[in-house]
Formats: sequence, structure tokens, C-alpha cells
Amino acid sequence: MPADYKPFDKQEWLRLEKKANDLRHLTVQTVSWGGSGHIGGGMSALDALTILYHRFMKLDPNDPDWPDRDRFVLSKGHAAIAYAPVLVDYGYMPESELRIFNLTGAKIGMHLDCNKVKGCDVSTGSLGHGLSLGVGIALAARQNKKDYMVYVMTGDGELNEGSNWEAAMSAAQFKLSNVVVLVDNNKLMIDGEVKDEMNIEPVDEKFRTFGFDVLRIDGHNMKELNDAIEKAIANHQNGGTKPTAIIMDTVKGEGIDFIAGDYTWHYGSFSDEMFEKAHASLDAYYQKRVARAEKEG
Amino acid sequence: MGGMVYTSLDTTKLSTAECYGLALCELGREHPEIVALTADLAKSTKIGMFGKEFPDRFYNLGIAEQNMFGVAAGLAKNGLVAFASTFAIFAAARSLDQIHTDIAYMNVPVKIIGTHAGTSFGQAGSTHHCLIDLSVMRSLPNFTVINPCDGAETFHAVKAAYDIPGPVYIRINRGFDQVIYPNVQDVPFEWDKATTMKEGNDLTIIACGSCVFESMQASRMMKADADLGVRVLNMHTIKPIDKEAIIKAIDETGVIVTAEDHVTQGGLGSAVAEVIAEYGKPCKFKMLGHDNSFSTIGLQEDLLAMAGIDANGICNTVSELIGVDFDTELSWADEY
Repeated sequence: MPADYKPFDKQEWLRLEKKANDLRHLTVQTVSWGGSGHIGGGMSALDALTILYHRFMKLDPNDPDWPDRDRFVLSKGHAAIAYAPVLVDYGYMPESELRIFNLTGAKIGMHLDCNKVKGCDVSTGSLGHGLSLGVGIALAARQNKKDYMVYVMTGDGELNEGSNWEAAMSAAQFKLSNVVVLVDNNKLMIDGEVKDEMNIEPVDEKFRTFGFDVLRIDGHNMKELNDAIEKAIANHQNGGTKPTAIIMDTVKGEGIDFIAGDYTWHYGSFSDEMFEKAHASLDAYYQKRVARAEKEG
Repeated sequence: MGGMVYTSLDTTKLSTAECYGLALCELGREHPEIVALTADLAKSTKIGMFGKEFPDRFYNLGIAEQNMFGVAAGLAKNGLVAFASTFAIFAAARSLDQIHTDIAYMNVPVKIIGTHAGTSFGQAGSTHHCLIDLSVMRSLPNFTVINPCDGAETFHAVKAAYDIPGPVYIRINRGFDQVIYPNVQDVPFEWDKATTMKEGNDLTIIACGSCVFESMQASRMMKADADLGVRVLNMHTIKPIDKEAIIKAIDETGVIVTAEDHVTQGGLGSAVAEVIAEYGKPCKFKMLGHDNSFSTIGLQEDLLAMAGIDANGICNTVSELIGVDFDTELSWADEY
């Protein structure tokens, strides 16, 4: 946990909602700058990215290679459309780099290159690699006598790749309680619904069988995200011997009403009119999120 | 070399993989940041020798090669130097996506030692032979690719792999190679320079791995039979390739034959051909290896003969290429 870690009260919840809203707008803006992007899977991932970077992870944007930092692996690498804005907003790189997202010669693009993008721990893009990398990074903590957390975000369709399950076996075998897998379970893949194409449910049972502690939550509820991640960290700090999987039930395109839940919006571009509608939709969505925080916080 | 204690007796009694294991243990004693990984092949690849000495720095991932290379990359991105071993075919073929993206693209110090390369796992057949790895691995940016000719040279290649920045791929054979260097202390190994095994100005054979021994035999036979001066270059490092040695061979001998226990598409022969073509000077040239074909089940010496990359096969090719007849019935066994 960062040194300035505070209890999750209403004020903290509202702070995170504000940050998530800013990042959703910045992600849509990045689609505009880049001309197109993996908008659907970016929006489903954003709440988890927000709470990790702005509440839980020990990081120093002025020292991206700080050996004691927590690590993050975006195994669903195409969600860089949302992850890159998170890193830029955090201060790792100037906004000018985001303004040329995906343009020829840009450092930041569709899938992030860790040798070019500060704050990005590993290069990803080919699916089914991230959890193996995460296991290696977690073992490195042991070798180097460090105590950091390793958060790996996968997609749900991505879990069709068998390499994930090789990696899951090894995370449990090596008792890597500092590994937390966050499954962005938005239930859609490029060609349709996961359940129709190649079902991965019951995904919570699968991870449990593979030796994980499993939590299943609403991935767009900051309180549920907070409680699950807190529990995973506590498990590690209290000498737990299992990695944690947090199955986040999410909605592809969450917050943008005309794309939410539509598998055809895996990747796309917006007209000027659609950008306006998207930002307006996000504003309305934010009001709902604030209302929930006010009521339940 | 510091810490080298092995004698000629030792190396002649060690399999090539055991030489690898000994070199890795030496490196492990010198460098605490070295870790080692395997996928249920600790015994077969001999990386288990490191595991016995350094159990806390050794990971067996089970039969899961893709995960092994991803885990190795994660370790190597965080201050460790990771040696990872499996059979060559399960590295270059099964795990290529992980090697491409997690290791080559991230440019991390993962040193892959692929064992049972070429046809050295003879009777296991084509599923366990590896005739494609030189092509595959040399096409990956950031990789250095080495194919040593025997156990003693393997020892040096493994030690060099630690010093070479970034990812390294070393392919070695199963079992015992023909001993070219009986004494590990006398191996003139510079990782980025070809080794001249025999001098000669009539033609040049450029070989790697198992074919170095066969080429040296062929050179002796052609000297005895037709008084030909056949230069043999041991091109242990396929990438980066020693262009200077190849150009010298073009200028001084005008005839080049390559020999490799590998397909002729994309491996050593192709790497040499690229240098010849770019140099632009006319040069007689022939690539020997497995020509667009899978190998079959059999003893490695038979499989080399079937592919025309044993000493007799190399002599036959040279004979056709330069129009000199050799009495290949001469017993080359006498040359041992």
C-alpha cells in the first residue's frame, strides 16, 4: 500500500469516481487523437486501472524503474487505449506523446512497448502472455528480496489461450500470494459473445480449481473493487500462500451508451458527432456513479 | 579462464549437455543473479546440475514451455539473468510467440539452450528433431545464435552467453558429440569470430555443429586423395555472422560449401549466401543440409549420411562442384 493510504470512505470513493471520469474522457479523447482504438475493452478496464493506479500501487512517476514499485501487466494489451492515458495522466510521459497515439513514429500506440513507454512494466499484445510474465516478475521479487505486488489484467476471451492456464498452475505451485489476476469479464470478444464462441464460464470455478483465492465482483463498482483488492493484499501481507483472482463482471464500452455491450465495438473510430455523444454519455454516466457513491459511501 | 579445472580426460567423458551444465554451475558461482528454468527436462538437458547446486535459483515449470519462457522473461526484466532449457524444437517451434514478444521484443537477458538439436535425437524421429531453429531464431531481432561443434566449445559458448548482452540462443546436441577439442582449455573460442579448423586455399567448407567434424574429415580425405587444400571454417555463431571470414574465403578460395544439420532454408547456408550475394564477387557455392525435408527415424550418423552432410557426402558435393573425382571408397575411418 502507498504511504498515504486512507480508509475507503465517501470522500475517497468520490475522489476515485472523479479520476475515473477524467480518465474515461481522456480515453475517448485519445481515440480522437489516434483516429481509432479498442474503445470497448478499454472502457471495461478503466475502473480497475483507476483504483489500482490511484489507490493501491506503490509507484514513483519520477523513477519509473524504482525496484520496490508494484508492477502491473496489461495482458489484454489492446486496452492500451485506456492504459496509456492512465500512465500519461499519472505523469510518466507528457500529454504530447498521447496526442500522437498510434501515429507513425509515436512511442505510444495500440500495444505498448515497455522499452519506449515509461511506467509500462512489460510489452504486451499477443494474448495469453501476461500471467506468465507476472509469475516471473513475482519470482524476481523473491530472488531480489523485494516485497511488491504484481497485478495482471486479462480479458475473458483471452482466457481461451491455454498458456494462461499453464501460468495459473505455476502461480499456485510457487505460492505467489503477491500475484493478483484481474479478469476483465466483459463477456464479449471480437466475433461475438464469449459464451457462444468459446465459453470460459464458470471462470471463478476454473481459477479456484487452479489453486487461487477467487473473488467475483461488479467491476464498475469502486467499493467492490476496493474491498477485493484490499483483501488480496491483506492475504499476501498475512502470509497467504495462494494467488488471488478477481473476476470483474464488466461491460464492454461501459459509460458510452451507444456502444456499451455491443461486441462490434471491439475496435472502431468515431465521427465528430459520435465524439460529442460519447462525452455527453460519459457525463451522464458520471452523475449516476456519483449518485451511487453519495448513497452507498 | 578463471575457475576452469577440467582436463582433457574430463571433456572426452562428458556429454555435450554435461559440459553445458558444468559451465552454467561455474557461472552460477560467479554471478548470483543467474537463475535457471526448465520444463520437466532438468535431467535430459542437464540444467538440473545447476538446480542441484542452486535449488533456490532453479524453477521447474512442468511440461509447459510457453509459460517457462514467459516466466523467464519476467525474471529477466527484473534484474535476473535467466538460462532456460528444453529440447530445441519445443523452444523454436512451440514457444516461438513467447520468445518473439516476451524475450526478443523486450530485449531481456534470457539465454536459451535448446538441446537435442538437429537429428541428434535420432530414433525419436521428426517430432523431436529440430531442423528449423537456426532459421527461426536468427530472424528474431536482438538474438545472438550459436551452434557449438562439441562439448568443450559448448562450455565456452555458455560462458560467453552470460557476457553477450540481451537474448542468446544456443543449440546443442543430445548425447556425446565427436570430440574436436579434447581439452577445454585449448578451445580458441571468440563468440563473434569463426574458427579456422583447417587452412587451405582451394575451397572452403563453412560448417556448424555436428557438421564441423564431418567437414574436417572431408578436408582430410580430399587432401589425401586429390591434394586439395580445403579450408574449414567453424561458424559456431550464425548470428551475427563473421562476414570478414566469409569474404576472405571468397577472395582466397573462390568455392564455398556450407554444411549444417538443419534445413537449407534459412539457416547457416542462407546466412552465408546473404554475405556472398551482397559482396557480389562470383563464387561457386553449394548449401548442404536437409533440403526442404523432414528427417526420419535412425541413428544420427545414418541421418547425416542420408542428407549428404557426412564426410563422404560433402566430398561428393565438392567433386560435382569443381569437377574433381575422389576415391570416396577410401576408408575415412582411418582418419580417426
